[in-house]
Amino acid sequence: MTLDDIVKKLDLKVRTGASELNREVTRGYVSDLMSDVIAHGREGDLWITLQTHQNVVAVAVMKSLSGIILVNDREPQADTIQKAEAESMPIMISGLPTFELVGRLFAMGLLGL
Amino acid sequence: MHEGGDLQVLCADFHIHTCLSPCASLDMSPVKIVRQARGRHLKAIAITDHNSVENAPAVMAAARDVGLVVIPGIEVTTEEEAHIVGLFDEIEAALSMQDLVYEHLLQGENDEDLFGIQVVANEWDEVRYINRRLLIGATRLPLEEVISGIHDRGGLAVAAHIDRDAFSVTSQLGFIPQGLNLDALEVSRRMSIKEARERFREYSIFPFITASDAHDLEEIGMSPVRLYVKRPTMGEIKKAFACQGGRRVCQER
Repeated sequence: MTLDDIVKKLDLKVRTGASELNREVTRGYVSDLMSDVIAHGREGDLWITLQTHQNVVAVAVMKSLSGIILVNDREPQADTIQKAEAESMPIMISGLPTFELVGRLFAMGLLGL
Repeated sequence: MHEGGDLQVLCADFHIHTCLSPCASLDMSPVKIVRQARGRHLKAIAITDHNSVENAPAVMAAARDVGLVVIPGIEVTTEEEAHIVGLFDEIEAALSMQDLVYEHLLQGENDEDLFGIQVVANEWDEVRYINRRLLIGATRLPLEEVISGIHDRGGLAVAAHIDRDAFSVTSQLGFIPQGLNLDALEVSRRMSIKEARERFREYSIFPFITASDAHDLEEIGMSPVRLYVKRPTMGEIKKAFACQGGRRVCQER
């Protein structure tokens, strides 16, 4: 499935990388530690996190992730948006808490392995 | 016991990055840092790069004979991704801490385009070499081990920028756990010590400090901390943090 499929199905707000929503998502990954994503993230992962600082963009680009979803209606910080636009990294926002969001992604057929 | 007229005011900034930290400006070279610190009338500064001490010797050398105390320090990223600043008596202790950090640092090479370049310089602001480690990464050292590692080497352990909502003990652990053996809590430039003590009154047993966390030259000396000490030495600074013999960290401003 693509990011766009997910944005539409789960009614996500798109903050950056709108031109990149045709990206294929391979897997879902949840983590709020940069070091964990650096160690375990894989190319094409859709990353679900509550971290809004600009390092999330650097890490996502470093690991070639397909995109980032922020939960609980958290907004990316100003320099996060700037960096994400520069790197064409999609950042989307869900009003849902992580557990619920991930459950719905799973129900859509997105796996974690 | 207050020793009155013996004490002098030491104006200090205990959290300054150099061009070695990937997120810091390349302008943060040893000579320029010393010049800026003196221009801001600081008597003591600490060099606290992310997970490395490699630029501290050059800043210490650049400050030789100019009446500025340069403390070799480090800002360690714990396993929980909290930042702890370590301040040491001499370079050997700081380098020993660096050994511990390097041994447990996330493996991988720094990506200069994404994170920034990591320059090791000499005391004349010349580039010696580029550090390739992932200094922006975390160590596999839990918070308590970082603190005990610093203390085992005779250093001071400070919880960095506890008012920040990322990379602080407070953001990562929710609160400062009972019994954590920190020597001080640092708040960022965004608040005064007085405001910090008001906002964080549950942590009143700790001395608070403010520091710049300077990543750019002009940030050096923004929100300095004042200490009352007999002499501008690390030994006296440690007494001030411990509130010993009349030495103390000014908490009123």
